[in-house]
Amino acid sequence: MNFAKIEIVDAEIRLKGKWSLAGLSDFERELAKLSFAGILRIDAHGIESMDTAGAWLFHRTFQNMALEIEGLRPEHVALIEMVSALGVAERAMPEPRDFLERLGLAGWTGLAQVYAMLSFIGEASVAMGRSAANPARVRWKPIWHNLQHAGFDALPIAGLLSFLMGVVIAYQGAEQLTRYGASIFVVNLVGLSMLRELGPLLTAIIIAGRSGSAFTAQIGTMKVTEEIDAMRTIGISPMDQLVLPKIVALLIALPLLTVYADIMGVLGGMMMASFNLGVNYTDFIDRFGSSIKVSAFLVGIGKAPVFAAIIAVVGCFQGFQVSGGADSVGRQTTKSVVQSIFIVIVADAVFSIIFSLVDL
Amino acid sequence: MSETILEISELCTRFNDAVVHDHVNLDVLRGEVFAIAGASGCGKSTLLREIILLQKSSSGSIRVFGKELVGLDDEGALLFRKRWGMMFERGALFSSLNVLENVGLPLREHTGLSGGLIDEIASIKIALAGLPPTARFKYPDELSGGMRKRAALARALALDPELLFLDEPTAGLDPLSASGFDELVLHLKHTLDLTMVIVTHDLDLLWHVADRVAFLGDGHVLGVGTMNELSKSGHPLIREYFYGPRGRAAWEQSWKQK
Repeated sequence: MNFAKIEIVDAEIRLKGKWSLAGLSDFERELAKLSFAGILRIDAHGIESMDTAGAWLFHRTFQNMALEIEGLRPEHVALIEMVSALGVAERAMPEPRDFLERLGLAGWTGLAQVYAMLSFIGEASVAMGRSAANPARVRWKPIWHNLQHAGFDALPIAGLLSFLMGVVIAYQGAEQLTRYGASIFVVNLVGLSMLRELGPLLTAIIIAGRSGSAFTAQIGTMKVTEEIDAMRTIGISPMDQLVLPKIVALLIALPLLTVYADIMGVLGGMMMASFNLGVNYTDFIDRFGSSIKVSAFLVGIGKAPVFAAIIAVVGCFQGFQVSGGADSVGRQTTKSVVQSIFIVIVADAVFSIIFSLVDL
Repeated sequence: MSETILEISELCTRFNDAVVHDHVNLDVLRGEVFAIAGASGCGKSTLLREIILLQKSSSGSIRVFGKELVGLDDEGALLFRKRWGMMFERGALFSSLNVLENVGLPLREHTGLSGGLIDEIASIKIALAGLPPTARFKYPDELSGGMRKRAALARALALDPELLFLDEPTAGLDPLSASGFDELVLHLKHTLDLTMVIVTHDLDLLWHVADRVAFLGDGHVLGVGTMNELSKSGHPLIREYFYGPRGRAAWEQSWKQK
C-alpha cells in the first residue's frame, strides 16, 4: 500500500500517499519527531486519498501554522473542514475526586448498602410472614425447582469434599495421636470436628459458591432485561416469586446436605483410621457411639438454617443491586459470594462463643 | 459509480426443516443506501448476520469488495471486519466502557495510533453521529435509547469503513429522533462516501433515505428497486405492506414533500 508520506524540501512540505487509517500509526510517530520551523508552503498534490482520521491528523498538525496550502483536492478540503468543525481537542474529562471526597463517598456507599440490606431483610421477613399466614400464596413450583438445583444437584460435590476432609483430618491427626499411643482418639477428633464445625461450614461455603452466585446472576440478569419490572407490572411480587422460594428451598436443603456431609466426612475419617491407624470399623463405630454426644450433631445442624438464610438473602439482595449491564452482573456476583462466605464464617464464630457460654 | 460492492447469489439458509432463504440473489452498488425490508421473521436479520460473518448460510455465495466470504477462516474474516462497520439493533455497547472508550475500542485494537489521537478521532465520530461532547464520558446505561443508537453508530464508524450495516436503526425511537436519524444517514452518505445496507421496516426511512429497496418474503426476494418501482409491484405481500394504513400514510407524506 501507498501509505502517507511527508518530505521537507527547503521551505516546503510535500505530502503524499493515502492518508487513511491503515498506514497512519507509523506516520503519526514520524510526524511527532519533525519540526516545522521555517516552513512556508505545503504541497498536497501527492495526497491520493483521505479519510476522517487522516483529515484530523492533517488539521491537528498544520492548524496553528499560517501556511500556504496548495494542491489539496476540494473533497479533501471539505473533509478537513468538517472534521475540524466537529473535533474537540481538549479532553474535557470530569475532574478526578480528591482523597477526602472518595473516602466520604466510599463510607456513604457502604452505609447505604447496609441500610438497603436491612430493608431487604425486613421486606423478605414481611413477605415470609404473609406467606405463613396465608399458605395459598406460597409458590411451590419454584421451591421444588430450587430444591432440585441448589440441594439435590449439590449432593455429589458436597459428599466428595466432606469425605476428603474427613480423610485429611484423620491423616493429619494420625501422626500426633500414635506418638502418644492414643490412636483411638481419632474418633473424637474426626467426629467432633466434622459434626460441630466442618460439616456445616464446608457445606455452607460450597452452597454459597454454587447457589448464592447463581441466585445473584439470575436475578441480576432478569433485572437488566427488565423481567423484574415486567413481573411487578403483571402483579407478581418478585419477593414471592423469586426470593422466598430460594430462602425456603435453602432452609430445607442446607440442613439435609449438612447431615449428608457429616456422614460422608465421618466415613472418610473412618476409612483413613482403619487404613493408617489400625482402628477397625467396629472399634470406630463403638467408640463413636459412646464418646460423641448427640448434642455435637445438633449444634452443627442447628447452624445450617442460619447459614442457609444468610446465603439466600445475600445472594438475592445482591441480585437486586444490579444496575446497568453485564459488567454489573459480574461485580455483584463476586460481591455476593465474598459477602455470604464472610458473613457465614463470622456467624460461625459468634455461634462458637454462644455455645461455649452455655456449655454445649 | 456502479461498481458492485456486495453480491449475494443463490443463497440458501435452512434451520432444521424451516427454509429461511431460498435462492436469494442481491447486488449492492458502491455509494448507495440499500435497504432490506420485509415482514418480521422473513429472514432480514439472518441475511445481515450471514453477510457480516456471524452466522453461516447453508449454501450459496456472498461476495464483498469482490471477494468470496463463504468459507473464510478467522484471519481472512478480520480483513473484512476492518473494512465494514455494523450497528446493532439495540446498540450492543460494552456496558463497562464509556462512550468514548466504546468508540475508541476498534481503533485501539486495530491501529497503533497514540491514545491522545485515538480519543480525538473517537470524539469526531461521536460528534459526527450527533452526540454532544458531554456524552463522551457517560456509560451506556446512562444514555437514552436514541443516544445509545447514535453511540453505536459512532462505534460502527470508528475505522472509517467503506461499507456500513445498520440493523433497524430507527426501531424504538420517537418520530422526531427517527427523522433525525434519517437526516444523519443521508449526511453520512454524502460526507463520507459510504455504502450502507439497512435492515428496516420503517417506511419513512425507506421512502426518504433508501436509494433501492429489496423486499424479502417467503424466503425469496420478492422485488428490488426504488420505492416508487416497488410501490407499483403487483405482488400481494408487497402491496399489503405498502397499502396498509401506515404504508399509505408514509407514501402520502413523501409525495407531499416532493
